[in-house]
Amino acid sequence: MSDVVIAGIGQTPVGEHWELSLRTLAVRAIQAARQDAGGLRPQAMYVGNFLASMISHQANLGALLAEWSGLEGIEAYTLESAGASGGSAFRQGYLAVASGLVDVALVVGVEKYNDAIGPQLEAALAQTGDYDYEMVQGMTPVTQAAILMQRYMYEHNVPRPAFGEIPLLAHANGVNNPYALFQKAIRREVYDGSEFYSDPLNMFDMAPYADGAAAVLLTRQALLPAHHPYPVVRVSGSSSVIDRLALHDRPDPLAFEAAGRSIQQACRQAGILPTDVDFFELCDTFSIFAYLSLEAAGYAPPGEAWKMAADGRLALKGDLPILTMGGLKARGNPIGATGVYQVVEAVLQLRGLAGKNQIPNARRGLVQCLGGPASTAVSHVLQRI
Amino acid sequence: MENPRHWRLKKQRYALIGEECPYCKAHLFPPRDICPECGEEARTPYAFSGRGEIYSFTVMHDAPAGFEDTTPYTVALVKLQEGPMVTAQLTDLGDQPVQIGMPVEMVTRKIRTDDASAGIIVYGYKFRPVLAGAR
Ligand SMILES: [Zn+2]
Repeated sequence: MSDVVIAGIGQTPVGEHWELSLRTLAVRAIQAARQDAGGLRPQAMYVGNFLASMISHQANLGALLAEWSGLEGIEAYTLESAGASGGSAFRQGYLAVASGLVDVALVVGVEKYNDAIGPQLEAALAQTGDYDYEMVQGMTPVTQAAILMQRYMYEHNVPRPAFGEIPLLAHANGVNNPYALFQKAIRREVYDGSEFYSDPLNMFDMAPYADGAAAVLLTRQALLPAHHPYPVVRVSGSSSVIDRLALHDRPDPLAFEAAGRSIQQACRQAGILPTDVDFFELCDTFSIFAYLSLEAAGYAPPGEAWKMAADGRLALKGDLPILTMGGLKARGNPIGATGVYQVVEAVLQLRGLAGKNQIPNARRGLVQCLGGPASTAVSHVLQRI
Repeated sequence: MENPRHWRLKKQRYALIGEECPYCKAHLFPPRDICPECGEEARTPYAFSGRGEIYSFTVMHDAPAGFEDTTPYTVALVKLQEGPMVTAQLTDLGDQPVQIGMPVEMVTRKIRTDDASAGIIVYGYKFRPVLAGAR
């Protein structure tokens, strides 16, 4: 199996890009990644996207985006696993290069969210669940998260304000990310005074959906351009695991089993323990997801991850920094692109280019992307060589 | 038109018909023909009692298409007496505050309006509180 390294990264600012189309966003990220990679030409492109066929009335993004980025004649198609689509596309790129059959793979995550409004968007997002048995009853991603949060508070006697730690931390880190949707810290009083959106979940417990595109080029180390100007970052572990789709079908909905298993597998492949990483880019789609992910990964016993946050252990100066560039809450959640943004941000940390948010001497990062409430979990270990 | 899609689920939606696994005796809802507990084929129909308790719940204020008329609504995971959990809306709540562990029973109600132009109304199970002493 070939070694797989990151040759280039690119991202567009996350936002409400009324003036930019799906294809324009994607092409900009692809161009940035190809420039960063010294002009390497990919033979395959894997697209992470969730909503295009419903919101933009556009399928076969592989053909569209390859053509519009001047890559006619290559292999290209979409990987879809709801919010984990970007992670799945990255894993596909990894598998392609690792197999030895593809020399250079381009991974692009793109989401154009702001092309529809209101109930139509809510219904599109609700596709992540089991349509016949969850969504037809009025369940949505938000209600799923609120139901998990309610149960978590009940089982573990967690104080309601404990959930505020995640958005407060995310916003504090987003301040120094020029690509983030929100580059402004929030105060505790603002969180505590916010209205319930789906009781007990308030609007700060939910990462804002947004438009954006991010891209990564993967190759073998021997194929990197001679003048590659950065420390080399290698993909040393990769895993994707599914859970039962409907929350009600899981023996313990709070267990986030797929999230835990994919981290175990990725770390085992990398020959490390989860505690051996310098930071963890987790998926704070909702505040409660951050805690359940930390617990599933084994960083805290069930019901106690919020104490890690309250003790400052998850901040940039803590022993397990998370959401180092703002996470989904402050950077924004361009759904099918999120997994690729996470990789781009982890690579910035490992190259030592994370600016004011740089974790000193970061050598190893864990990145996890979730589709739905960890219905799909894709985890990668990235390591500076 | 999604008529067939809803029509073929009518046994589950109106009568909470699931399956019993002939091998490990697990009760399955929704019916899925492959037992998730033991992996064997399970096709024996089984009618659930419709009794259960609230595992967790929330009140939704920002509805997806098809639910605009009934917002806000309470959606819950209900743990059925026979084992499985189902997702369903709660109804007939009156002034009663919803709590985890609260006993509930199934009723058949209108659950959503499917395609506004065609006016299809989807009926199915909801759950309502069981009055104290009524069990
Ligand atoms: Zn069985």
